[in-house]
Amino acid sequence: MPGIIDRLSKRLKAYRTPGYYKKYDYHWTMVVDLDKCNGCAACVVACHAENNLPTVGKDECGKSRAFNWIRIERYVEGEYPDVKVKFIPIMCQHCDKARCELGCPVYATYHNQDGLNVQVYNRCVGTYTCATYCPYDVRRFNWFTYKWDEPLDQQLNPDVSVREMGVMEKCTFCIQRIRVAKDKAKDEEREIKDGDVQPACVQSCPTGAMVFGDLNDPNSSVSKLAKSRRTYRLLEKYNTEPSVIYLKRVMDGSSKGHEERHHV
Amino acid sequence: MVHPKAMKSDITYKDINEDILNVITKTGSGYYIVLACTSVLTVLLYFLPWAYQIHVGQGVTGLNVPDLWGVYLVNFVFWVGIAHAGTLISAMLYITNTPWRRAIARSAETLTFFGLILASMYVFIHMGRPWKFYWTIPYPNQRMIWLNFQSPLMFDVFAISTYFVSSSVFLYFGMIPDLASLRHRVTGWRRRLYTFLSLGWRGTDRQWYVQGRACMYFASFIIPLVVSVHSIVAWDFALSIVPGYHKTIFAPYFVTGALFSGFAGVTLMMSVVRWFFPVIRKYITELHYDRIGIFLLVLSLVWSYLTVMEVITGLYTNTSQEMESLKYKLLTSPYSYLFALMIFSNSIVPLLFIFRKIRKTVNIMVVMSVFILIGMWLERYLIIPNALSRKFLPYMWHDYSPSWVEISITAGTFFFLISMFMVFLKVFPIISLFEVKEDSIPMKGGGGH
Repeated sequence: MPGIIDRLSKRLKAYRTPGYYKKYDYHWTMVVDLDKCNGCAACVVACHAENNLPTVGKDECGKSRAFNWIRIERYVEGEYPDVKVKFIPIMCQHCDKARCELGCPVYATYHNQDGLNVQVYNRCVGTYTCATYCPYDVRRFNWFTYKWDEPLDQQLNPDVSVREMGVMEKCTFCIQRIRVAKDKAKDEEREIKDGDVQPACVQSCPTGAMVFGDLNDPNSSVSKLAKSRRTYRLLEKYNTEPSVIYLKRVMDGSSKGHEERHHV
Repeated sequence: MVHPKAMKSDITYKDINEDILNVITKTGSGYYIVLACTSVLTVLLYFLPWAYQIHVGQGVTGLNVPDLWGVYLVNFVFWVGIAHAGTLISAMLYITNTPWRRAIARSAETLTFFGLILASMYVFIHMGRPWKFYWTIPYPNQRMIWLNFQSPLMFDVFAISTYFVSSSVFLYFGMIPDLASLRHRVTGWRRRLYTFLSLGWRGTDRQWYVQGRACMYFASFIIPLVVSVHSIVAWDFALSIVPGYHKTIFAPYFVTGALFSGFAGVTLMMSVVRWFFPVIRKYITELHYDRIGIFLLVLSLVWSYLTVMEVITGLYTNTSQEMESLKYKLLTSPYSYLFALMIFSNSIVPLLFIFRKIRKTVNIMVVMSVFILIGMWLERYLIIPNALSRKFLPYMWHDYSPSWVEISITAGTFFFLISMFMVFLKVFPIISLFEVKEDSIPMKGGGGH
């Protein structure tokens, strides 16, 4: 009996140890350089097109039920002549210690071996717990059975499911693209190379503010960027260990950017 | 210590049987009119809006992305809280063998039974896909999908179902001797029902002994259960990291609040029974109100202390998020005036219970318990949607207000409760016959238990 308990506790401890996922092949990570972000929202549109997100219309948007997996948060600072507007794109942070995974009673959201925080739409019963526990408010709920306006219903992505009413959903880091890249790499009997896979938002970013890759690979561009002195993670002190790394915006003449406020 | 006798001692066994049986068998037209009204209102206000919500989607509620736990969860916690006092009063007084328990125990346990039904209904109303509710139950399945036992909602499923089973068994065990004596006095389907439910009770010494022991075991099991169940409900909130939820004080705070609202609920319930059936006034007397008033006073003081401590815990963390949450709750929210109302009805009004004269005046007690119930509902409202309105990222801050569907279902709950209770009243004795009989003449040699 003590042997079993020892074995179990060792195993549980291993799951909880940071770096557990390193023994798997990939640790998908995104780096967002806020110095390059100009708030154009191309990523938002690309995400809508890639992931079959519904367009909810004026009324629902007015109730602030806009349906985005990635949003550009705008913060305006200062009085009129001296105004500063700052942008920060926020999507699911794919936390290694995700609060949402703790809350879901049915394992509709769980951590996969690539360090991704995965949502199983078919398993979701709609208790809202994941979104309530999420400190970043990135989860979106299907309030109704959404319909697509005329030409848009012809462009649904066949690789992504259309979600039914009553389930929660969120950014997946375009897991369908990761799957394809993995399959291809497996056929060619190699690992995924840096740059093989890009989520829609990264692909569409005109300034190249977003970079996606594998943090386990020391030569990948995200690994190099992650060594920057400007890095921080959103709400870091809550110990959620997000997989999205932000590079702080360098402001002229002021060291108190809003990014810094967040991460304090 | 000599307990004052709860009832007038000149009531005979025959009177008791007549009085309580008449509640069951003699039905006037007024009863049917009230029952018809409440049933129609239940369907109109409760079931039809719910059906509409299931058909159209959860979007008909006022819920929104940060405010995903709204009035439905407030009602869930409220009704679980109401359910807490009933069985606790009964079990606690059973163990301590307090004589004044006997007349009110059954109605208190009934309140627990219905409170839990209403609370679990709110879980289904709250769910996005209620038709998949069975996925929260651990059943073996071919796809080897198991449940997340880390989730506080999972704890809830087990805690509340355990509490529901044990409190209904406690209610039923206490009713067996009554059902046995009723079966001879009624005809038709009632007779068949009581004969079946009384499990062949003949009133032998052995049976009395076993029944007493069983009730005693359940009573001792339920008291710790009450504490753990509502602590688990509190952990639904405390285990998150949301500012305003993430506080270790939540478990005792919620348990105290649950008992506080529950005792007020029992007071109200007793008064309704007394009002509908004047004959019951002989059995539920001012002494009962006096005793419950003392309980309410103590609970109010404890609750007030914990409320202050809850605010101080928030201040003590001294993070910008927690301070913003507190500021919103107390000052800037459109509902901040409700905080003052809550303090008034939960901390100031109950201070009147210090005076015995007030405790013994039934009408004042009724008004005061209504105040407490409103205050306790507000307490949950000020915690659950309010904290979510001010989470971490200011861009997502959002004020919540319930939609007509949520308000209608909330109002319909009360009619649902009244309808269910009225049906119960005509099928089962609302006052424990055998226990009141024990009370009406001096007990000799300890009795059955």
